[in-house]
Amino acid sequence: MNRHLISAGDLTKDDALLILDTAEELARVSERSIKKLPTLRGRTVVNLFFEDSTRTRISFEAAAKRLSADVINFSAKGSSVSKGESLKDTALTLEAMGADAVVIRHGSSGAPHRLATWVRGSVVNAGDGTHEHPTQALLDAFSMRRRLGGLDGRRITIVGDVLHSRVARSNVLLLATLGADVTLVAPPTLLPVSVGSWPCEVSYDLDAALPKSDAVMMLRVQKERMNAAYFPSEREYSRRYGLDRDRFAKMPDEAIVMHPGPMNRGMEIAAEVADSPRSTIVEQVANGVTIRMAVLYLLLGGETVA
Amino acid sequence: MSESRAVLEGPDIHRALTRIAHEILERTKGAGEVVLLGIPTRGATLARRLGDRIEQFEGVKIPVGSIDITMYRDDLRLKPARPLGRTELPPDGIDGKTVVLVDDVLYSGRTVRAALDALNDLGRPTSVQLATLVDRGHRELPIRADYVGKNLPTAKSEKVKVYLEETDGREAVLLIKEGAK
Repeated sequence: MNRHLISAGDLTKDDALLILDTAEELARVSERSIKKLPTLRGRTVVNLFFEDSTRTRISFEAAAKRLSADVINFSAKGSSVSKGESLKDTALTLEAMGADAVVIRHGSSGAPHRLATWVRGSVVNAGDGTHEHPTQALLDAFSMRRRLGGLDGRRITIVGDVLHSRVARSNVLLLATLGADVTLVAPPTLLPVSVGSWPCEVSYDLDAALPKSDAVMMLRVQKERMNAAYFPSEREYSRRYGLDRDRFAKMPDEAIVMHPGPMNRGMEIAAEVADSPRSTIVEQVANGVTIRMAVLYLLLGGETVA
Repeated sequence: MSESRAVLEGPDIHRALTRIAHEILERTKGAGEVVLLGIPTRGATLARRLGDRIEQFEGVKIPVGSIDITMYRDDLRLKPARPLGRTELPPDGIDGKTVVLVDDVLYSGRTVRAALDALNDLGRPTSVQLATLVDRGHRELPIRADYVGKNLPTAKSEKVKVYLEETDGREAVLLIKEGAK
């Protein structure tokens, strides 16, 4: 495996399966009364968060702590960054403090890639701009594999704001590697120009895609990034691309519903769909800790190439 | 070039396990509170075989599980991260039981030390014993086996390889001499 985890596209099928299989074994640790392993004792993991995030940061923190690593949380608000420090200087500071891994979330696409050239430790991308969020894709794949039994030949439909979604891009890349057939469904205004080169199908019609889906992943409408008129009104978006009860009924009986969270109930997903037993939304959070443990173990657990 | 010699063949392994099963029964007075925990991969296979034999001899079904020690190893940083094995505890757990750890080869004792650490996080057994198919010596820690299939004097330069039907499709214990040109 690579020393860093920047893009889901960097993972080979063997890498991805190793992470998922490792997570499968680590999931049992979460069921024990002592949920801690001594594996990363003496290693330091820095959570470097330039963007607000609750679940991803807590998830990485829990994962690192369960492996006995020391965790330093660094959020841009109220830090030296607000005094004008550059990413490079922040990175060099962390380096001097002896960080073995840096988990970074940044508003700019490519920031983790840049960071990886400055630090000696491993860099884990926890979301960069509208680019990628590989651990989310891994935990989604893990959740799907647990529910569906396997991913080869499974039909996954990803619905919503693909343009601003780092989750969608990472999922498409990873799921294609794992042999699943991915269909993106979104209004044309919320699809990136480059989508034609992605390893997936594209459709504008949610109702046509639903009956052929083993899993449907709803993406959050990212209001904070809606700086132009991407769709006429929230109501219209919800009517055409929201997963309501009637659409839910069109899905095959065994098909599951996913959402990376945080969700806007009533907007992209109806409350009763989100709370249905076929929804994996809460499982995805628990699986997030497990998959991040697997990633940290595989990046930091063995000998480190300095 | 390396040359290898079979020190145990299929029937020898069979007999050794039969004897260990009898010894466990004898030493634990009927294996009432015994839990067998194998160290993956081959230790887990051996634990299952011992469990089957004890059931045959005395008609008692004793709990069998496996305990992966990868995350507890002291040499993790010497090699790239390894894939994990399976830890599977019997439903009743190990609290208050006599745990018999089962491994294929006992060498430095470091694997067993890691297993003892792992056990510590899983529960509190009354006592812990150790069964091994081959004891090849060269201990680096104060650890000894309670049940030994075969004591095999070896040189540190030699390797001992255990093959079992379930994982390798054949039954043998080989002693491999490295470097004989």
